Amino acid sequence: MIYDDLNIIFPEIFLSVYAMVALLGVVYTSKDELAKRVTWVTAFIFILVAFLIIFSEEKTEIAFGGMFINDAFSRFSKIIILLSAAVVLVMGQEYMSRRGFLRFEYPLIVTLSVVGMMVMVSAGDLMSLYMGLELQSLALYVIAAFKKDSVKSTEAGLKYFVLGALSSGLLLYGSALVYGYSGTTLFSGILSNVSTDAPSLGLLFGLALVIAGLAFKVSAVPFHMWTPDVYEGAPTPVTAFFATVPKMAAICLFIRVMYDAFGNIINDWQQIIALLSILSMFLGAFAAIGQTDLKRLLAYSSIAHMGYALIGLAAGTEFGVQSVLEYMTIYITMNIGVFAIVMSMQQDGQSVTEIASLKMISETDPGKAIALVILLFSLAGIPPMLGFFAKFEVLRAAINAELVYLAVLGVLASVIGAFYYLRIVYFIYFGEMPETPLDDAKSPILRTIWTASAAIMIFGIVSLLGVEQMAKAAAFSLLN
Amino acid sequence: MGAAVFAFYLFALSTITGGLFTVLSRNPVHSVLWLILSFLSSAGLFILLGAEFVAMLMIIVYVGAVAVLFLFVVMMLDVDFASLKAEMAKYLPLGLLIVIVLLMELAMGLAVWVPSDGAKMVLGAPIPSDTHNTAALGLLIYDQYFLLFQLAGLILLVAMIGAIVLTLRHRKDVKRQDILTQIYRDPDEAISLKDVKPGQGL
Amino acid sequence: MDDLLLEYLPILVFLGIALGLGIILLLAAAVIAIRNPDPEKVSAYECGFNAFDDARMKFDVRFYLVSILFIIFDLEIAFLFPWAVAFQDISMIGFWSMIVFLGVLTVGFAYEWKKGALEWE
Repeated sequence: MIYDDLNIIFPEIFLSVYAMVALLGVVYTSKDELAKRVTWVTAFIFILVAFLIIFSEEKTEIAFGGMFINDAFSRFSKIIILLSAAVVLVMGQEYMSRRGFLRFEYPLIVTLSVVGMMVMVSAGDLMSLYMGLELQSLALYVIAAFKKDSVKSTEAGLKYFVLGALSSGLLLYGSALVYGYSGTTLFSGILSNVSTDAPSLGLLFGLALVIAGLAFKVSAVPFHMWTPDVYEGAPTPVTAFFATVPKMAAICLFIRVMYDAFGNIINDWQQIIALLSILSMFLGAFAAIGQTDLKRLLAYSSIAHMGYALIGLAAGTEFGVQSVLEYMTIYITMNIGVFAIVMSMQQDGQSVTEIASLKMISETDPGKAIALVILLFSLAGIPPMLGFFAKFEVLRAAINAELVYLAVLGVLASVIGAFYYLRIVYFIYFGEMPETPLDDAKSPILRTIWTASAAIMIFGIVSLLGVEQMAKAAAFSLLN
Repeated sequence: MGAAVFAFYLFALSTITGGLFTVLSRNPVHSVLWLILSFLSSAGLFILLGAEFVAMLMIIVYVGAVAVLFLFVVMMLDVDFASLKAEMAKYLPLGLLIVIVLLMELAMGLAVWVPSDGAKMVLGAPIPSDTHNTAALGLLIYDQYFLLFQLAGLILLVAMIGAIVLTLRHRKDVKRQDILTQIYRDPDEAISLKDVKPGQGL
Repeated sequence: MDDLLLEYLPILVFLGIALGLGIILLLAAAVIAIRNPDPEKVSAYECGFNAFDDARMKFDVRFYLVSILFIIFDLEIAFLFPWAVAFQDISMIGFWSMIVFLGVLTVGFAYEWKKGALEWE
């Protein structure tokens, strides 16, 4: 029996064992000289495990008495998590090693955090949810402060840690209330013990606190305060990681808890999620306008995007879940592209993140300028880029669920949000020539990544390159 | 009033007093000492609930390790606690507001507390009478909660790697003891005899 | 339940005695001891100098490293207790699960050893 269970969590075991073997192997041989190679190998292993999951049998399996669920939903999220983590690792290694703070622990800590995320999206119990979340978060706190000689990076790590610990506390408090009400921590048990008509007030408090804790992790307003500071302070490759991979894991965990444990009382949480979503969209749109730092701007942009993803969750339907999964996949793809460009920005060998330094890069590097414009249009949700279809799908889910007000507000926020993306486009093509233009980034890897990302934004509209079918199957497996 | 009830009120009172003075006392070292009182009394509360193992953990881990680390930090750290305390007055109203909201929430939640019908069915007996508390936990943690236990191990591993990555820095200009080279040191190579002729230097 | 608490009664009594004794000693010092301070007696000269500086200062972060590593292993030990107590009745899975757990921690320990985190230069 234990062998069946171990078989089900084989990808997680494989990654953990790899992390430990690599840790010992490298520390007992040549330490940081191998850092670059370890990063490549880790990225390769991520892709390998992703393919292992893609070609695994399509069925729903339950391990450890319901604590771990392997279904199409968790497989979909794991594939996205693994592939995007691999790309972000490859993207960041050059930047980090050139600035001398790539150490071999970095890819291994990322591996362990990915293990945490894989447990999160497969969680079938409040306890395994918490353990996965903590494994993920603890690793993220460490890599936020990874550039330990930089005060800003250390500050980012500390802020992230303190607020993350607070949110974990809220989550635990909520879980305790939920457990007290339903007498079990298993999602399936909670689902069957929560009565549809009139859930107790104590349970609702628990539910609200669990939502607050998870909203911290996806950085939805009003639990977003850490995001801009952490994004700005953390080293850019780490920021790129934060903006993509853990977001996918947290949103998928959010969906899983809401449907698997509280699927009977959708009416009770729908309003909370809708409120979080509206606040996130509008704060993200307004607060980004005055930003001068690109990383801060992208932080607010990610807050706004989480707002749109939450629209799909608030819809409370199978199509809603499907639209969130598609939204997150597209969001991650375009964010990887944008961060590849941010990483390539440097003046006189120093990396810069000011928006103003992008002025007139259409002259110095037209290829990059076009890619950036496509990605920004896509982030803003301007047709015919893929980002438009992402927004379109979640709004359609909201309308189908008769949440017309949410869809209208979503459109409104995206119009406001388009302003700051277009401001950057203005800088790229119509600004004045700055005194010191950006250096010519000689990085074929980054160039490939942003070109690919921009190309996907245009050509991906053809049935989302097959993602749509997978997302549909994932949503189906979650709700049935 | 039985001894158990008396003990409950004693421990509850000292937990709350300890917590209150942790926040209020001027000297941060005293704060930590009050915190230790609070930890110890909550260990007492856990024993009253029948959770012996948790009570012992409170004492071993929280008092024995965490509080000692806190004490060490506040005694040594170069932070001006007086100015931090002065800032507290600014945030006190907001803090009190949050306290009141949380208290009301707790009161409302507990006042109407009804576990669901299904809850009573799945609820195991909280304290098995025939087995020892710690032994009962031992039978559960490593077997039924295998996955969680191993994840806890991984979390500890990440904590260890993280602590080392973030704080360890090696100084280059320090002479270190290398035991292997000491052992393999060859006395023949260590000393070389020179035959110095009288009247000549080396 | 009550049997369990009864076993702890001596500790409660002991706590009471400790508390009482502490209070008695404090009060006794206040009541019985002879005190007549004068300025010379209480001045700093009697026992040295006024402090030149604050005792708090920047110090090596390695102190923390040692204490954090200590806490981590302390937690590991905490997991060992129930395992050892229930060892007689524990299943094969339970036994190997602890071995794996210790293995993971040993990996951490070996890393820390080789990395030189335990050395004090």
